[in-house]
Amino acid sequence: MSFLVELLTKQGLITAFAVVGAIIYLSHLVSKYLTGGRIHGSAIAILAGLGLAYAGGVITNGQKGIADIPMFAGIALLGGNLLRDFAIVATAFEVDVVQARRAGLLGAFALGLGTIIPFVIGVAVARFYGYTDAVSLTTIGAGAITYIVGPVTGAAIGASSPVMALSIGVGVLKAILVMIGTPFIAPYIGLDNPRSAMTYGGLMGTVSGVTGGLAATDPKLVPYGALIATFHTGVGCLVGPSILYFTVRAFTGG
Amino acid sequence: MTIYGVALLAICTLIGVGLGDLLGMALHVKANVGGVGIAMVLLISARVWLAHTGALSAGIKLGTEFWATMYIPIVVAMAAQQNVLSAAGGGPMVIIAAVLTVAACAAVVALISRIDKGGRA
Repeated sequence: MSFLVELLTKQGLITAFAVVGAIIYLSHLVSKYLTGGRIHGSAIAILAGLGLAYAGGVITNGQKGIADIPMFAGIALLGGNLLRDFAIVATAFEVDVVQARRAGLLGAFALGLGTIIPFVIGVAVARFYGYTDAVSLTTIGAGAITYIVGPVTGAAIGASSPVMALSIGVGVLKAILVMIGTPFIAPYIGLDNPRSAMTYGGLMGTVSGVTGGLAATDPKLVPYGALIATFHTGVGCLVGPSILYFTVRAFTGG
Repeated sequence: MTIYGVALLAICTLIGVGLGDLLGMALHVKANVGGVGIAMVLLISARVWLAHTGALSAGIKLGTEFWATMYIPIVVAMAAQQNVLSAAGGGPMVIIAAVLTVAACAAVVALISRIDKGGRA
């Protein structure tokens, strides 16, 4: 037993390939036989991944889900930013240039809305829960943009640690909701073509959420959503500690 | 050669992410600004150029398409290492803020795609 654990630990990334392969295989069986193909296998696999992450969190009390268990540490490498970005770029190989160019302006417009709307909602909810200072309001609002914009903004304007944690919490939960929810809401919001995928990428923003959600909806849409969404965090980090903070401060007066 | 495709992808990614970092620095932002997006545009341009000059070999395609098809498994691995426990345990404020944000943005997507379709029809 300990031999096996040691083997799997030493072969980290290779173990991750096998584990993820098994998850996807089982998810496709579940999709086919338990849902009659109504729920996409990829969506179930992502949900299973989140379930494992929850279990990992309960077992180890760590922050990296199942990857905190040494035997599954390779999952962190396989699903980390490095390979994720590499694979997202690769999906661009199939992009229809004409489509992408035609929707570029719409994507940029969506990007603007996707920064302002979450921020305003985040600030409003934080205000409702009793936060009144500009720094905390801005940090929590920024977290609603993405879970990277939140802490980057908070660090820049000097937010307290509990507020930063809340801000990250909002962002991570948003990413997870988008990941899970996209395939279910797709038919109702017209998310079935490259144009709407770019709008979606701009509005939802969170790269992990958007690309994960689109992958489970229709893998062909992933590159279009990602193309816009990857600018989201950068734009958010740009306006969060500056324009947005100053605006909030003008309202709170402190 | 398959490695040509993988190398092309790697070069586009390196240049894109590098430019994104520089852009972040130039704008005094502690983040990468659109690096992956820039890399995607580079790769799209490279493919168009290769196809145009007739140099788009099966190997190059295989090398990039392999990584594109690995995308979903990578997303599953990404999901498996999220801090789900703390996200779920963040209390009502976190849940309300996240749910409202996602709902509002989804509604705007629906609105835009409806206007967009109407406008083109």
